[in-house]
Amino acid sequence: MSGRLLLDHGSGGKASQRLVAEMFMRHFDNEILRVMDDAAYLDISGPLAVSTDTFTVDPIFFPGGDIGALSVHGTVNDVSMLGATPLFLTCGFVLEEGLDLGDLERVVVSMGRAAREAGVRIVAGDTKVVPRGAADKIFINTTGIGTVRVSPAPSGRRAAPGDAILLTGSMGDHGLAILSTRQGLSFESPVVSDCASLNFLVGKVLDAVPDVHVLRDPTRGGLATTLNEIAGQSGVGCFIEESRIPVDPAVAGGCAVLGLDPLYLANEGKFICIVPEADAEAALAVMRADALGRGACRIGEVRADYPGKVVMTTPLGGQRLLGMLEGEQLPRIC
Amino acid sequence: MNSFDAFKDPALCRSLLGRLTEEATTPMRFMEVCGTHTVAIFQSGLRSLLPGTITHLTGPGCPVCVTHESEVAAFLELAARDDVIVATFGDLMRVPGPKGANLKTASAEGARVEVVYSPFDALALAKANPDRTVVFLGIGFETTAPTVAATIRLAREQSLDNFLVMSFHKLVPPALRALLADPEARVDAFILPGHVSAIIGVDPYAFLATEYGVPSVITGFEPLDILQALIHIVRMRRDNAPAVINQYSRVVPEHGNQKALAVMAEVFTPVDALWRGLGVLPQSGLAIAEPYAAFDAFKVLGITLKDHPPLPGCRCGEVLKGKMPPNECPLFAKACTPATPVGPCMVSTEGGCAAYFKYRLEA
Amino acid sequence: MCLAVPMEIISIADNVADVEIGGVKRQVRLDIIDEAPAIGDYVIVHAGFALRRLDREDALETIKLFQEGLNLELL
Repeated sequence: MSGRLLLDHGSGGKASQRLVAEMFMRHFDNEILRVMDDAAYLDISGPLAVSTDTFTVDPIFFPGGDIGALSVHGTVNDVSMLGATPLFLTCGFVLEEGLDLGDLERVVVSMGRAAREAGVRIVAGDTKVVPRGAADKIFINTTGIGTVRVSPAPSGRRAAPGDAILLTGSMGDHGLAILSTRQGLSFESPVVSDCASLNFLVGKVLDAVPDVHVLRDPTRGGLATTLNEIAGQSGVGCFIEESRIPVDPAVAGGCAVLGLDPLYLANEGKFICIVPEADAEAALAVMRADALGRGACRIGEVRADYPGKVVMTTPLGGQRLLGMLEGEQLPRIC
Repeated sequence: MNSFDAFKDPALCRSLLGRLTEEATTPMRFMEVCGTHTVAIFQSGLRSLLPGTITHLTGPGCPVCVTHESEVAAFLELAARDDVIVATFGDLMRVPGPKGANLKTASAEGARVEVVYSPFDALALAKANPDRTVVFLGIGFETTAPTVAATIRLAREQSLDNFLVMSFHKLVPPALRALLADPEARVDAFILPGHVSAIIGVDPYAFLATEYGVPSVITGFEPLDILQALIHIVRMRRDNAPAVINQYSRVVPEHGNQKALAVMAEVFTPVDALWRGLGVLPQSGLAIAEPYAAFDAFKVLGITLKDHPPLPGCRCGEVLKGKMPPNECPLFAKACTPATPVGPCMVSTEGGCAAYFKYRLEA
Repeated sequence: MCLAVPMEIISIADNVADVEIGGVKRQVRLDIIDEAPAIGDYVIVHAGFALRRLDREDALETIKLFQEGLNLELL
């Protein structure tokens, strides 16, 4: 489609119908969506995992992805982190009047592709168009539902002293890729977002190691914040070694210039996996055999000391606290 | 490993640390006056490895920390104007002014505030917004002041008439003098800022040794640099031979960067300045000089600094003078945290209190 | 106080240079650097301006002094 989005497209009238038919139905097509009733009829049972997330990324197209793909990956990953197989997504769009319809189509195509690749179906949706300035281009909410595969399910509350802390790959790629597009910070970077659906890799890990204690994707706030959340929920100390945490040289370089810490930058295609020590090698082997976990490594262990805190050993052999992020990271001169 | 990476080499650091521990037999309190050193010392874990005889104090080395309440009030007044876009380094966004207001809250109330990486980027902002006045907040010490001076000169060359600077720049040597002049300040030695020194050179620090007998070392930011500086200090104290040593000679020229000093002298003029926690220090700040008055936000927009009482209960002044470690302040980690900073030392990531809060294992 | 990082010069045009660290590239101004840098030099960059050329020989010399002082094998 070409042209610009009008308020008419959200009116519920013919313009709305055309938008739904030519854009959303076309690119998300599946037999459940095609029924077009007020709700999707789903026939699933067992313990379910449900997660919802709203995506407002600026810019909507960024190196390595776009808001459409991200809105699928993000929710697929959140559902997966409960040890579940994500099956269905719903989506809600808030669109700004005047949006380029070609841009909208690119986003929707990308979303449809990401869903097919992750093996999930988009079964319900909603579109609203708001006056120019009332939203920034595109906001997307997705809700995901899946069936939990293992019992007990992985949880941030289950990290236990003696467990190994594993990570599937390098930290900070998504955060730096977004920063490199920001006006006023203009720098060129080879770093692209790592955004990807992790459900198949999680499935393989659970096949090999059903007793995974914790799965968590370090999105906003990065590794440091996510580990702090786990330490707090489980009442344990997370002890990690700085030299074992993989960081791409360009991410490290960009962070050095802007005065940022890659351990607080967002990731959209990595997860933390906490398993009993005896299962650590098996889990790592599975991760490393998959393209999304090639850089998997063990970064530390869970201990009873310092409950609620994350303690990092530096390359020098010193120890320090790795605290929670306080607000957003801003580039600094001092 | 390239020749610069070697300064991070853990094995070499551990050897130097062993040497320092052997030689540091008498108690010594050193102050680093540069926030980047503060972070380097905490972030590298060096602080947790220092011998027990060495006490590390955090000085007034963060230009954000020392930005006075009255100065914050002035730029918040500026931000409230409809015709203005404020361009700033990210560090300044959370610095609290009167009643806890800051640039974040100003932005929420409708002010247009843009974070830039370089003052030069603020020129581009001015060109892109010809119907507004872009005001860059000039904070920073001698390292940053020449970059802002060069930007103002470029603005004049390009005849930009919607770009202004509000200068709060401060100078390091006058602050060091003020610290030592306080009979209660307890500092045995200084680690001097590497990048300020890259501009001003070694000479302006000579008084530390000659007038006050305090040994000092200009050093870099890698663990190896800092350890080497501490060994120099321990030896100068042992030999009772205070001096100013330039350990960072790969970057710091003996007589400074003449080109940077020249543009600073052309665009700015030294004035008495307000320091948070320290009060007015003579000839310790930089205002825009008369020939560049057309770029001075204070003059062009008619804004003046007004008196604002210090934040109640805040003891940052004592922390900055090395009289009190951050965790002994009654507000530390209670009323004053990085989320609810009372004083400047908690605001900046490089503030002494923020570093204590963020990195230190002990409660 | 002053966050500044060493970056390598990859090209120079008038008062502007392209510099790189770990694959990240950015333009920096050369208005205030006192010794004109050459391609391949490292400069200390602060707030988008090159402040100083890093002296590679001096860096090697400093490291050598550490090693000799500690009776360590040279890297």
